[in-house]
Amino acid sequence: MLIINNLKASIEGKSILKGISLEVKPGEIHAIMGPNGSGKSTLAAVLAGREFVEVTEGTVTYLGKNLLEMSAEDRAKEGIFLGFQYPIEIPGVSMVNFMKTAVNEHRKHKGLDPLSASDFLKMMRDKKELVEIDSKLANRSVNEGFSGGEKKKNEIFQMAMLEPKLAILDETDSGLDIDALRIVANGVNKLKRPDNSFIVITHYQRLLDYVIPDVVHVLYDGKIVKTAGKELALELEEKGYDWIKKEIENNLVA
Amino acid sequence: MEKDQDKILNDVTTGEYKYGFYSDIEMDRIPKGLSEEVVRLISGKKNEPEWLLDFRLKSYRHWLTMKMPTWPNLKIPPINYQEIIFYAAPKERKNLKSVDDIDPELKKTFDKLGIPLEEQKHLSGVAVDAVIDSVSIKTTFKETLAEMGIIFCSFSDAVKEYPDLVKRYMGSVVPYTDNFFATLNSAVFSDGSFCYIPKGVRCPMELSTYFRINSANTGQFERTLLIADEESYVSYLEGCTAPSRDENQLHAAIVEIVAEKNAEVKYSTVQNWYPGDREGKGGVFNFVTKRGMCKGENSKISWTQIETGSAITWKYPSCILRGDNSTGEFYSVAVTNNYQQADTGTKMTHIGKNTKSTIVSKGITAGHGQNSYRGLVKVLKNATNARNYSQCDSLLLGDKCGAHTFPYLEVDNQTAIVEHEATTSKIGEDQIFYCNQRGISTEDAIGLIVNGYAREVINKLPMEFAVEAQKLLQISLEGSVG
Ligand SMILES: Nc1ncnc2c1ncn2[C@@H]1O[C@H](COP(=O)(O)OP(=O)(O)OP(=O)(O)O)[C@@H](O)[C@H]1O
Ligand SMILES: [Mg+2]
Repeated sequence: MLIINNLKASIEGKSILKGISLEVKPGEIHAIMGPNGSGKSTLAAVLAGREFVEVTEGTVTYLGKNLLEMSAEDRAKEGIFLGFQYPIEIPGVSMVNFMKTAVNEHRKHKGLDPLSASDFLKMMRDKKELVEIDSKLANRSVNEGFSGGEKKKNEIFQMAMLEPKLAILDETDSGLDIDALRIVANGVNKLKRPDNSFIVITHYQRLLDYVIPDVVHVLYDGKIVKTAGKELALELEEKGYDWIKKEIENNLVA
Repeated sequence: MEKDQDKILNDVTTGEYKYGFYSDIEMDRIPKGLSEEVVRLISGKKNEPEWLLDFRLKSYRHWLTMKMPTWPNLKIPPINYQEIIFYAAPKERKNLKSVDDIDPELKKTFDKLGIPLEEQKHLSGVAVDAVIDSVSIKTTFKETLAEMGIIFCSFSDAVKEYPDLVKRYMGSVVPYTDNFFATLNSAVFSDGSFCYIPKGVRCPMELSTYFRINSANTGQFERTLLIADEESYVSYLEGCTAPSRDENQLHAAIVEIVAEKNAEVKYSTVQNWYPGDREGKGGVFNFVTKRGMCKGENSKISWTQIETGSAITWKYPSCILRGDNSTGEFYSVAVTNNYQQADTGTKMTHIGKNTKSTIVSKGITAGHGQNSYRGLVKVLKNATNARNYSQCDSLLLGDKCGAHTFPYLEVDNQTAIVEHEATTSKIGEDQIFYCNQRGISTEDAIGLIVNGYAREVINKLPMEFAVEAQKLLQISLEGSVG
């Protein structure tokens, strides 16, 4: 699905990602953890096609294609979805209009006709139920005046609407109460299929109680310093990142 | 990052003007220049009665004593009034009885603009008065409307057929001494629309005037007079376009509205005069005086404007709230792109008791555009319980453009409640990227964001035109981001 090889990237000349290699296979869930500022969102931004992050080295192959050559909207239409750490407000643009435009662009890309208004509204209804998002939210302007938690749930709703092949969720669990956390986690689990994959960026083990990752990576100072199974998340929760930092320093000394 | 945004902004703001063609129509033009002779000549061309010539002459003499206003936040190059042709009309064919008698070239022009002159071809429910350069060509559905007592005709016809109405109301809202351009208009106005809705009648269709400047070096000075008698209702729309030319063209119009007791008038404008080219060459100078008088109690006048055209716009559709419990509204979206400049807003004068006014102004500025909102809310001594709510928002696309807000308040009654809110926002790269990430192209994203921003105003337009206005907004910003 996704192969990242020795990816290096910088923002305004400052090097942020310092050689990341990672492979995500169909059906897998990868968790990425790591301290604040380690580059998790930057990695997500590179994958989604944000132009202010400059890739200086390395390759990213997505479904056999060179991802870095594709525009952001083509990546989206090819099935990459980014759940934003900080979802953006677009005043005056209704969720209905926004999602209709997005869904129909995806359909056009696949050579399908646009959905009729009634089919579209039915789809909205079904997906709203699936991810248990409040009906009222979908009738408002995109994220405008949404609470932090509502914005995150709205990201999951959009993911459900667009049915991506690779969903990157950047701290979608942060700032959620217990019920919302369960909703988000259920959303992921319901959308999980043998042929699609998730990269879940998180600081907390609690999400991983619901969404069981196949692999956990620790990103530290722009590099993946540790990769293991789901038990790594538990260990991190217990010991914090100092333990990893020490390990790295020891390795350097040794 | 900077460079990408620049590129994006450049692309969306470089869309082409789609109405820039010129039609080769046989015209009757008077020599260029302005003098008392010219004023008499125009009046003579139109076989006007003595009282109207007198009105023109006193306006002209007054105009000679006036100076062009310098208070707008606009850079206006000097205008040489001796270089302008003040009257140009398609050569008249005798006895214009049916549409077939209209010059085919003229018909083609309006077809091309999407304004067919044949009634059967027309949007159902819209009656049109088509004005080209100095004269009205054709008013559709005149007979249908006449059955209800509604008068909808060219201003010139009104002068001939309903002189008493014209005499009573012309200049009653915008006096001939009002301001430099209104006074000029009062001297040389050529044609325009006239509309009278009788007592108790709800006009069953949208009335609309379509203005087209065609000739070169010609000024357009039309005058619209709209009277809604007691308990009546009318919704009125005007549209306008002009050929793309390198020279600037002057458009100085007057619109006067009178709403009697319990009457309601909705006046919508979709202004799309030629804005000039990307370097700021050419384009229409749009210096317009629009004012409505809520004369009777419970009357209501509502202005909605979508301003996307003109090189320079100077325009303040206003309401005089004289009747008790009367309401004035102003909803505006003004777009300036490339080198366009706009100084626009409104004036709400509260005279009667319990009068209410609402102002919603949305400026959208791209390229090197300059956009100013200027609004006056005035509450006179006897206007107990007057209320005003004003909201002025500016949206900037890029960093070479400017948005300015000049709200003025004059309140002479303690019971007044006046609220003002203003915001300035930039169209965010973040917003565009968010759309991109959902599969929406940058061009479409800008369309969504801008229309979302303007939605409150667009929603006030009659349905048929709301769709048009949305497209127009997108087209006028095409290439400014992308
Ligand atoms: N637009 C930007 N301009 C300048 N520096 C940036 C920008 N975006 C990110 N950075 C810097 O890049 C580094 C990595 O940031 P990033 O957002 O990827 O961290 P993160 O791992 O997602 O952190 P968090 O856990 O706090 O979300 C930080 O030092 C940050 O300050
Ligand atoms: Mg982050």
